[in-house]
Amino acid sequence: MNFPILSLMTFIPLLGMVVILFTKEGQDKLVRYLAAFFTFIPLVLSFILLSRYQGSTSQIQFVEKFDWIPSLGITYFMGADGLSVPMLFLTALLGFLSVIYSFGDIKEKVKQYFAFLLLLEVGMMGVFSALDFFLFYIFWEIVLVPMYFLIGIWGHGRKEYSAIKFFLYTLFGSLFMLIGILALYFNVEPHTLNIMVLIEKTPLLTRSFQLLTFAAFFVAFAVKVPIFPFHTWLPDAHVDAPTAVSVILAGILLKMGTYGFLRISYPMFPQGAMYFAIPIAILALINIVYGALVCMAQKDLKKMIAYSSVSHMGYCMLGIAAVTVTGISGCVFQMVSHGLITGALFLLVGVLYERAHTREIGAFGGLWIKLPVYSGLMILFCLGSLGLPGMSGFISEFMVFIGSYPAFKVIVPLAVIGVVITAAYFLRMIQAMFLGTFNTKWEGLSEISAREIFTVVPLAILMIGIGVFPSPLANMIKATVENIVHLAVR
Amino acid sequence: MIGLNHFLTLSTILFCIGIFGVLTRRNAIGILMSIELMFNAVNINFVAFSRFVTPTALVGQIFAIFIITIAAAEATVGLAIVLLIYRNFKGINVDNINIMKW
Amino acid sequence: MLSFAWIIPLLPLLAFITIVFFTRRNQKLSSLISIGAICLSWIFSVIVIASVLKNPVPSEFEFTWLNLMGFQVKMGILIDSLTAIMLFVVCTVSSLVHIYSVGYMQGDPRFSRFFSFLSLFSFSMLGLVLANNFVEIFVFWELVGLTSYLLIGFWFEKKTASDAGKKAFITTRTGDLGFIVGILILTTAAGTFNFREMFHAVETGQIPFGILTLGAIFLFAGAVGKSAQFPLHVWLPDAMEGPTPVSALIHAATMVAAGVYLVARTMTIYLAAPNAALVVASIGCITAFMAASIGLVQNDIKRVLAYSTISQLGYMIMVLGLGGYTAGTFHLYTHAFFKALLFLGAGSVIHATQTNDIWEMGGLYPKMKITAITFIIASLSIAGIFPLSGFWSKDEILTVASHYPNPIFLIVGILVAGMTAFYMFRLCFVTFFGKPRDQHKFEHAHESPKVMTVPLMILAFLSVFAGWVGIPWLQHGYGSFVFHQEPHHAEPNYILMIVSTLVALSGIYLAYAMYYKKSISPEKLKAKFPFPYKVLYNKYYFDELYQIIIINPIMKLSGFLFNRVDVGVVDRLVNGAGNFTVFLSDVKEWFDSHIVDGAVNGIASLARGTGSGLRRIQTGQLQNYAFVIFFGLVLIILFKLS
Repeated sequence: MNFPILSLMTFIPLLGMVVILFTKEGQDKLVRYLAAFFTFIPLVLSFILLSRYQGSTSQIQFVEKFDWIPSLGITYFMGADGLSVPMLFLTALLGFLSVIYSFGDIKEKVKQYFAFLLLLEVGMMGVFSALDFFLFYIFWEIVLVPMYFLIGIWGHGRKEYSAIKFFLYTLFGSLFMLIGILALYFNVEPHTLNIMVLIEKTPLLTRSFQLLTFAAFFVAFAVKVPIFPFHTWLPDAHVDAPTAVSVILAGILLKMGTYGFLRISYPMFPQGAMYFAIPIAILALINIVYGALVCMAQKDLKKMIAYSSVSHMGYCMLGIAAVTVTGISGCVFQMVSHGLITGALFLLVGVLYERAHTREIGAFGGLWIKLPVYSGLMILFCLGSLGLPGMSGFISEFMVFIGSYPAFKVIVPLAVIGVVITAAYFLRMIQAMFLGTFNTKWEGLSEISAREIFTVVPLAILMIGIGVFPSPLANMIKATVENIVHLAVR
Repeated sequence: MIGLNHFLTLSTILFCIGIFGVLTRRNAIGILMSIELMFNAVNINFVAFSRFVTPTALVGQIFAIFIITIAAAEATVGLAIVLLIYRNFKGINVDNINIMKW
Repeated sequence: MLSFAWIIPLLPLLAFITIVFFTRRNQKLSSLISIGAICLSWIFSVIVIASVLKNPVPSEFEFTWLNLMGFQVKMGILIDSLTAIMLFVVCTVSSLVHIYSVGYMQGDPRFSRFFSFLSLFSFSMLGLVLANNFVEIFVFWELVGLTSYLLIGFWFEKKTASDAGKKAFITTRTGDLGFIVGILILTTAAGTFNFREMFHAVETGQIPFGILTLGAIFLFAGAVGKSAQFPLHVWLPDAMEGPTPVSALIHAATMVAAGVYLVARTMTIYLAAPNAALVVASIGCITAFMAASIGLVQNDIKRVLAYSTISQLGYMIMVLGLGGYTAGTFHLYTHAFFKALLFLGAGSVIHATQTNDIWEMGGLYPKMKITAITFIIASLSIAGIFPLSGFWSKDEILTVASHYPNPIFLIVGILVAGMTAFYMFRLCFVTFFGKPRDQHKFEHAHESPKVMTVPLMILAFLSVFAGWVGIPWLQHGYGSFVFHQEPHHAEPNYILMIVSTLVALSGIYLAYAMYYKKSISPEKLKAKFPFPYKVLYNKYYFDELYQIIIINPIMKLSGFLFNRVDVGVVDRLVNGAGNFTVFLSDVKEWFDSHIVDGAVNGIASLARGTGSGLRRIQTGQLQNYAFVIFFGLVLIILFKLS
């Protein structure tokens, strides 16, 4: 296919950023519409991507490949398979929705804000479509920069602290990845950074080399996921970031970690995957149960949802660790599902915070009476998040359990406890905020606006859609996941 | 009979007067004039050597003519510089012209 | 031919969607849509039962829902005699509750929402009954849990109501934990989710015995949660906080029936794993006795009924554990009608008196005759008095229990029958007879409107006659329709029948003596046995116990993990690493500025010093330079000459 759809999706936001930077200071309205326009195009393109994608094969599709720096074996190599297509779609969707949400949220330094937001989208799109380590690493690092400024400038609370913590922590992780990449580069003949070629060659390397490199990549991806004990940047960054940025952080950035595991670590280092299976499963179990228990102690709504991400990403890791088709499919489902649900929850928290200027769970009560639509949506997404059947969260958790049980006969039943604790903390929150007697202090709260509803409804439709008809997504990822498993058990 | 030695002695005396002038005169024009003296001392040497060593070839004389030409050009440039110095420093005393110092 | 059965759950779902998105504002239309949907479903369920009666071969329809390598989930419907009976029961009770609710919920601001939830509830339960595999049954299982959460907490402004909803959801989900693990164990071993394929695997011995037992016990945990069995029974009495029609629905046909249904559905597994079946029977036995004993002393009309439900469910679970498939499902079927009737009757009383406390009622019989008579019929039925339907099903249960070598199950069964008769009639006498205790409430009391009493009468009819299909002398009755492996024809055990009737009658007489004739003073009994009374009145302190041994430690643990571990250790390590880096950089800064930079600066200042000395010879005087040159030249010449 000659049409460079992936490059367009990646670089149109960059073009948008440049255009926005050329606008005159003070034309906030124009900037907003421009940002919406330049994120809407990738969304349209992502629909084309979905419709043209051939789910029957695990081949890389939409390939664009040119020599870039031939002397170092670096190519410009973009491509998508069943793993990246859903992620690209999710990125385009959440990117667009968070721009729309930011219309009302951001009132100062509007131009710079949207410029950074667009740059962020460039990085994320690039990570999910780059198939050359050089390119991959560039995009991986590009993401940090706008994120740092978005949290540090437009955040709340201890924003500078959180921004620096996020930046340094992830940079720390990616340095290990750099070491891993260099190690691979120099140990493979001929020297190459092409991920697809490396996948074919790395299993021939020595066992100890595979284990070491796996560990190096593990640190990089574990920080992003985040896996216990690398998770403490997450609550700080999520809570202090502006709403739209939290959405992207939870919805997409965390998936970069699991994407890395599935794209790089597992196919490249089958020995590492086997050797570290039990430790990773134990860490996943800790993530699930520990994350859920910590959620229960939270008084701040946003922080609770941030920690719930820790718990939910644990299911992803559990599914990956087992290296079965069902488990990894469950993981991909969970990646999509968590992006939709947690994205929506952060949007809704933002809606409330904008009106009430507090996020303390205990400060509210009986909101269902005053804000029926808002409460209905919030409860819907909470139920989705706690894994109620009919919504995407259930399918992914169930698939993870089914897929990983044969491999971990003790760990999985323990992880199921997380399901109950998750239900407990969500119901506690629902009860404290939406049920019970109405706290008259909030008499003046206004109902969620049409624009805000517009941002969450697509997410609700997809959440229920995947929950009721999982087949389309399953068919899309099936061949790719089978290929990953095939590569990872070599 | 006046021989080569007499010419050489004369040119040496002239040269030394020139040197002395260059080193001691404080007036820029004086210095220039002293340089001219040194040139002339050299010219005398050239002509004298030509006459006594290779009487048939006029190499020394031609060389002297070159030097006189150069000296004229040099005097022109030198006097132009002196003129500019005079304009800028309101005088041509070389002691005052020490802006390159340190 | 029966493939149309999927319409049965679909209709209430459509009603739910229609009400939520379109007719929410129009209360009357919303309720009509909801009732219409469930009544249509009822008609279909009757067709189903008729055709299954004609041709009892189980039929199954399914389509692939999710297909991955090594993981294929199909969704479908399985219709056999059990499904047909359950469909009929659920649809009947549900549609009567729907109609009753029109009267009961009159004037509630969230009238439409109530009907939409009722429809969703019916949808979930009907889907559960029709499910043909473990994934599907779990999906609907959870949906039943969700809708019960929404309905119990329907009046969410009341803290007790929203608390009860939360408690119901979390407690049942704790049971579901076991359910999930059970599904994982069994489906991994059998390689299929489908019921019949799994049963086939069990019957052919493909699953190792130990795994089968373990899986069966875990699976049963789900039923324990949903059917409110010991030790997860605590949510059901609190669920009384919901509107009364909801309680009727939960207790009679949906929700709690789901657990019993699950055990009945997976009977093959329990028959193959006798140890697990023994666990089931014991749990049922304990529950039946415990709940009945608590029911003896409760004062809230709905709470008494709630404990009676738990106790009756214990009966069913016990008999299923003893292998009495026909008896268990038969009791589930009869119990649905009289328990629904009891709750709706209680709702009618509450509606009239605006109180739940039986000691504020009294003498209501003349004011609300229909309610009182139907209520008494239901009480007679649950007490097991000949020839009402409760008698036949209870008799079946006791017959099965009597076949078991250990007599404990039979003894407990008979004891529970006596206690049931006692507390039910205690309720009847206190509520409907005697002198009015609260004059104000008594004067306000009135018979409920027709829309409420007609369902009562229909249910009363069913409470009397529904059980007649199971009369032992009938060769083509219930037992030859719903059976496991081979038709079940209970031999009528006359001694048992007489004994159980006598026990029930004596229970009724005791209640009569204590609460009507007042020949035995309950107060004196209370004073004589203060400790047992207190323990029973406080429900064996289960709630307090759970608060102390489960909830508080978990809350403490979560606080500890967050404050001490997450913020205190993990995050402190991260920040510590950051601060250590800053400290290192300070040290390096000192080293840099004092030692490294010192050396550099030293060299520079040396050069500077030399330079500032040497520059003095630069006079700027051309003649000085010329002199030096000349002098130097002279020196060189002299040197050369010498």
